[in-house]
Amino acid sequence: MERRAILEELKKVLYPYTENKELLENIDEHTSLVKDLKINSANLVDIIIDAEAKYSIEIDFDSAEKIITVGDCINAISEKIA
Amino acid sequence: MSRRVVVTGMGVVSPNGVGVPAFLQAIRDGVSGIRYNPLYKDLHFYCQVAGMPEFEWEKLKGYVSEITFHGLQGLALGYGIMAALDAWTDAGNAVGGKETIWDTGCVFGSSVSDCEVVKKIFNRVDACEAKKLGSRVIEQMMNSSITAYISGRLGLGNRIIATSAACATGTQAILMGFEYIRQGTAKRMVVGSSEHVDPYIYGAFDSMRILSRKFNGMPEKASRPMSQTAAGFVPGSGAGALILEDLDYALGRGARIYAEVLGGACNSGGQRNGGSMTAPASPGVIRCIKDAVTDAGIEPQAIDLISGHLTATAADTMEIQNWCLALDRNGRNFPPVNSLKSMIGHSLSAAGSIESVAAVLQIVHQFVHPNINLEDPNPEILRQIDPGCLPVKAMEKEIRTVAKANFGFGDVNACLIFSKYN
Repeated sequence: MERRAILEELKKVLYPYTENKELLENIDEHTSLVKDLKINSANLVDIIIDAEAKYSIEIDFDSAEKIITVGDCINAISEKIA
Repeated sequence: MSRRVVVTGMGVVSPNGVGVPAFLQAIRDGVSGIRYNPLYKDLHFYCQVAGMPEFEWEKLKGYVSEITFHGLQGLALGYGIMAALDAWTDAGNAVGGKETIWDTGCVFGSSVSDCEVVKKIFNRVDACEAKKLGSRVIEQMMNSSITAYISGRLGLGNRIIATSAACATGTQAILMGFEYIRQGTAKRMVVGSSEHVDPYIYGAFDSMRILSRKFNGMPEKASRPMSQTAAGFVPGSGAGALILEDLDYALGRGARIYAEVLGGACNSGGQRNGGSMTAPASPGVIRCIKDAVTDAGIEPQAIDLISGHLTATAADTMEIQNWCLALDRNGRNFPPVNSLKSMIGHSLSAAGSIESVAAVLQIVHQFVHPNINLEDPNPEILRQIDPGCLPVKAMEKEIRTVAKANFGFGDVNACLIFSKYN
């Protein structure tokens, strides 16, 4: 799957955890989940769990630790579904 | 001089009415919220009726943020959030301000975690899927979950205390909030309690054989406090909440005042002298009621209405006797007494707060709500008090002062004295 396609899918995963939905419209790979989207850092695990369920993958602890930006999410997902 | 404490807001989620207006209408009209539940038959329970609020979960979207609502679970939590926030707005306050409100706290109680929520956790962990539990389950199973959600939503910065004292929880929580204001610790307190009796808790009570099992075909007749044919309580669920406020503070902001909390008491019989894990000791109960009357600075004769614990078990007769001895009143000199449980069953921790909302409403609207299913009063009770003390229809009456008590497992007692504000 192309990175662009994953990003579009990722918007749906991030949606319930993002208070200001408009911010999701213009995200790119450099968008920080916590700083830019104002997502509660405690919810990062929920986002990872939701992404795992969506793609039927497992994102290991160490990969999950590195997730800061949207691009990091795409990396973690694309590695597993490749 | 001691500070005076008044009630300025109320919220309620009751089996016979969600929201104060619906609840008021129901308790005036003697509307039962007890229904038959086929699940209990499938589960082979003796008792197959219960009082469950007609609760629309989706309505919570108007109470918490969208992000919080996503992944929210647990009925007791939902009931508690709704009752507390309704009370807060009823008192004329806004929700969701940016600043911490340092002078306002919360005491809110419940008996047990929601077993249906806990069960999901057990199932995940036992299936070696703990990794998939996510970030939200701890906040929803911790004992302080309801106070955490309420205080977070409102930005409360004073004492935030989750309490648990079985069936005395609600009354005790209100008393604690009252005391914090009276002693000057807080200006306002959000107080109350919440309970969801899920099938696991229900089943455990059913096994104790203290639930009503002879009226499964007539659910509205099943809860019969003080009746000769009473044979156990009917589980109920829900939540009640009050906003307590320092009188000067309330007057300063021009708040509407429903009633005054004059005083109260809370104690234990120590599981001695007839008291046990499951039964209250009379000396403790009598002392608790006397202490509440003394604390309120009134004479026992001033009490116009007793809102009893009165669950529809064999303990009802002893409770009436305890009230007679504590107040030194009996026969025709005994005040009217009612049990809300006749309409909604026994909602354990939530009983004290829902019944306190009812007590305040009876002061505000000057009436005594009926005891339904009391066409056959227990003769043992009639030996102590006049039949006129047991209204079976709503009664218009001047109500200045109400005594409200609840007694819980562990031999814990709590009694509050509410009064018309003058």
